Amino acid sequence: MAVNYSLLKKGGFMRQKQKNNFSLRLRVVGGNVTAKQLAKIAEVSERFGDGYVHLTSRQSVEIPFIKLDDIENVKAALAEGDVEPGVCGPRVRTITACQGEAICPSGCIDTYALAKELDERYFARELPHKFKFGITGCQNNCLKAEENDVGIKGGIKVTWRESDCIGCGVCEKACRQGAITITDGKVAVDNGKCNYCGRCCKACPTDAWDTVHGYIVSFGGLFGNQINKGEAVIPFIEDKEKLFKVCDAAITFFDDNAKPSERFKFTIDRVGKEIFEKAILEAYNE
Amino acid sequence: MSDFNIDERVDITDVVCPTTFVKAKVALEELDEGQILSIKMNDGEPVQNVPRSIKEEGHQILKLLNNEDGTYELIVRKVGDD
Repeated sequence: MAVNYSLLKKGGFMRQKQKNNFSLRLRVVGGNVTAKQLAKIAEVSERFGDGYVHLTSRQSVEIPFIKLDDIENVKAALAEGDVEPGVCGPRVRTITACQGEAICPSGCIDTYALAKELDERYFARELPHKFKFGITGCQNNCLKAEENDVGIKGGIKVTWRESDCIGCGVCEKACRQGAITITDGKVAVDNGKCNYCGRCCKACPTDAWDTVHGYIVSFGGLFGNQINKGEAVIPFIEDKEKLFKVCDAAITFFDDNAKPSERFKFTIDRVGKEIFEKAILEAYNE
Repeated sequence: MSDFNIDERVDITDVVCPTTFVKAKVALEELDEGQILSIKMNDGEPVQNVPRSIKEEGHQILKLLNNEDGTYELIVRKVGDD
């Protein structure tokens, strides 16, 4: 019987150069793997693989040198450690994330919680081509949001609260965008220059800022054969429900319009950026 | 500024990140709770980052003074006795 490689690929088994050997991609969300999972992955790699794993460029783990005949046994063994196969091919891929607000002092959003929610919503959804989400917690952009089909970057929208300000002047210097000026003890923020990095409010000794944590979402990023920086349509999305509506609209647009094996960026270009932006804005304003 | 009685001074303009913060932190450790330290730092990365690190350590920032010569003085009240 012929081996169905695309079905295997869909289930995370990547065909190797070496005949009847597969590199098994595992399901990882937001770059976190538990100790229990790690122990099982180590055991399976020794028992069924070549005794090592490969960390992929998008935060997944692959176990190389899995034999075709062992595939079912490997899946069963991994399940004992709460480990599932991942996916490859034309569908929603691993949702990547930095450590975010829960761990990192620079984080503006809870990236891991969001990665889990997006994973539950979209993981392995069938589409005309691969579709990547990446979530980064702040402007430091450790997770490189704009190289993904949909990139999500955390930010903080700030409003100065005069009643708590001691006029120390720290915020003006903490801002790297030159968006803050202080005149006669009054702090002014130039919203045209502010990039929502949150450095002003994080540095403020009295937390004299009203803050809204939100999302900067970019579309159409690529970093493979072709390189393109994803672009935002809406400067700052304040609530998570709106974020999900916008993500739904992006995936629907791709599903409805893309040709097979066409990346999101090229679908947007072919159909028309204005038409795409209209679809996103409609979902946002719904 | 005469609003503060500065108890101690430290100059971190002769070191670079991350030693800037370390030197300031060591100077703060020498003080008693409530005492006031003036930290002299360079423009650029030190003045962008050191105040926030001092805040995250739990100390109270009172003022950032611009010396108009490419340096700043951060006036900090020590909080906690570690």
